[in-house]
Amino acid sequence: MQSGPISLVEKLWNAHKVADLGDDTALLHIDRLFLHERSGGRMLQGVASSGRPVYDPSMVIGTVDHIIDTDPGRTDRTKFPGGPEFIKQFRDGAAAAGVGVFDIDHPYQGIVHVIAPELGIAQPGMTLVCGDSHTCTMGGIGALAWGIGITQGEHVLSTQCLAVKKPRLMRVAFEGTLLPGVTAKDMILYLISQYGARGGEGAAIEFCGSAIRDLSCEARMTLCNMAVEFGAWTGVVAPDEKTIAFMRDRPFSPQQDYNQAAEAWWLTLHSDEGAVFDHDIRIDASAIAPQVTWGTSSEQSMGIGGTIPDPGGIIDPVAKASAEKALRYTGVVPGEPIAGLPIEAAFIGSCTNSRIEDLRAAAGILRGRHIAKGVKAICVPGSTPVKRQAEAEGLDRIFVESGFEWREAGCSLCFYAGGDSFGDARRVISSTNRNFENRQGVGVRSHLASPLTVAASAIAGHIADPRDYPVQ
Amino acid sequence: MEPFVRIKGVAAPLPIDNVDTDAIIPSRETQSVARTGYGEKLFANWRYAPGTRDRNADFVLNQAPFDSACILVAARNFGCGSSREAAVWALSQFGIRCVIAESFGTIFRNNCVRNGLLPIIMPLATVELLLDQLQDQAQDPIISVDLDAQTIHGPDGAEYPFQIGALEREMLLNGADEIDLTLQKRHLIEAFRQQDRARRPWVYQDMPELARTMEKVR
Repeated sequence: MQSGPISLVEKLWNAHKVADLGDDTALLHIDRLFLHERSGGRMLQGVASSGRPVYDPSMVIGTVDHIIDTDPGRTDRTKFPGGPEFIKQFRDGAAAAGVGVFDIDHPYQGIVHVIAPELGIAQPGMTLVCGDSHTCTMGGIGALAWGIGITQGEHVLSTQCLAVKKPRLMRVAFEGTLLPGVTAKDMILYLISQYGARGGEGAAIEFCGSAIRDLSCEARMTLCNMAVEFGAWTGVVAPDEKTIAFMRDRPFSPQQDYNQAAEAWWLTLHSDEGAVFDHDIRIDASAIAPQVTWGTSSEQSMGIGGTIPDPGGIIDPVAKASAEKALRYTGVVPGEPIAGLPIEAAFIGSCTNSRIEDLRAAAGILRGRHIAKGVKAICVPGSTPVKRQAEAEGLDRIFVESGFEWREAGCSLCFYAGGDSFGDARRVISSTNRNFENRQGVGVRSHLASPLTVAASAIAGHIADPRDYPVQ
Repeated sequence: MEPFVRIKGVAAPLPIDNVDTDAIIPSRETQSVARTGYGEKLFANWRYAPGTRDRNADFVLNQAPFDSACILVAARNFGCGSSREAAVWALSQFGIRCVIAESFGTIFRNNCVRNGLLPIIMPLATVELLLDQLQDQAQDPIISVDLDAQTIHGPDGAEYPFQIGALEREMLLNGADEIDLTLQKRHLIEAFRQQDRARRPWVYQDMPELARTMEKVR
């Protein structure tokens, strides 16, 4: 065991270490495995065909989010070709293994990373994995959570463990106060724009500082969600009193008998004074403007008041060619302001920004306003519980009256899989996490931004500064 | 898993940063639960004209001799983005056994070593030198990779050492099944869980049982 001060990530690591495997690698116990219908069925099928039993089905849980439609009245027949095959393989595999599934009509159905914390399945101090890169979202409540492939999913199903090489430890401190109209989404895009899409390469990042303490748990999840877009293995925020309050009275939170012990342990999960990190980054939170991406990587992000950068000044030939390729794809012009760029579609949703606070924030801008003519605008709540909560608050009416479609919960148009699409729209402002080429449709140009900026832009019909659209 | 010891063959240059797994295998190309048939889908958006299988002559993997490449040389952050393992399957099934880059997406890299595909990290200067040599028609675009010796030889014969974790190296060299290795430690897993259950009993509450309880609340 280490002596002396240790970091949050090391505490989480030590609490789950089953065995040292040498080469800086440990066999870690995995407290929860989440499955979804895109990759979960293949993992279950892989284990079944190996003849091995599922080690502990009580630690595995699933839902449907990736492939199912999000249109009202949806069924198992999906717009995505091949969807029914994935859904059936997943359902059959889960039933055979004794794994519980929040299925299409279940009141808890939703995007894995949205429902897991809101149901209390994901908890501070847990290790959690899922066949989805945005599993790091749950670092926002102090869980050590990361995305895996199908082969590693089979490994967890078969052993409830994973062999993991100890990551580089990075601390990113956001100090100071955010300006009005600036959100956790802007913080993470700003970080990536400053240090590059591989700036956190392979690291476990602890996000800390006064601006992080000021964030709600939901906003911390938005921040941690995009740790993977920073190249990190995962991101995590130390649990605090806000986290304790967030976890209380959730359906799967620790039961009465254990509640106090759990909360007491969670509050020990912070970096000791003097803990050593391999890398330290410090960001002045007050310097961050609302962000919007101009290219095809999250590092190609800028303040909304800025102009598109000119790649002419880049010396490295590969970096220059990459920036020029991104400009060709997105069709934006160096030197021109990003604000005012006409958009044809707007999307609010995804595991990054589809929680109730996101919808409330966007509705604040949309209330009493209407989206611009010709803009296709879609809001997809992150989970059925979020959708119901929003409807109880009347947010659905605000979205619909402003011209947004109001959908059922799921991953939806965060990615294009060959079914649902933005129609003829080619330029989309989106609260999602990836602006990759063709990500949201063949030829679709995605501009990532906060739900506030998406809402403002939908009203304007072009990329717009949310601070110009005060809540009315 | 097919062991990886050494290979020698055509290496294709892909001098672009941040090649994401959506580019390696677009989501719309994975419309079946099958694990095969991904070779022709590799880089579909770049390899073919939109909505067709008409080859785009400008893309490197459509050009001889790179259409028979077994090595890919990329730049920074190759395989970033989605965790989709089909990205590795697509590369493997096309015939790529090794990718050399300045850095990799973490999940993609983890998927590679579990599918017999060797990811090699090299300094940017070396990667860019290799990319230049592969695009220089005066020399054959051949690279040899020796995992046992942890070296590669570039098109001009120059030797470069590379680092890889000892466990990953062993797994690739032997084509080992990681699950079998872990199950040999089953007694340690069970001992850990017994202690952990006393320490963190709430983690061991039965979720399907709770889910059924919740079902009654509906």
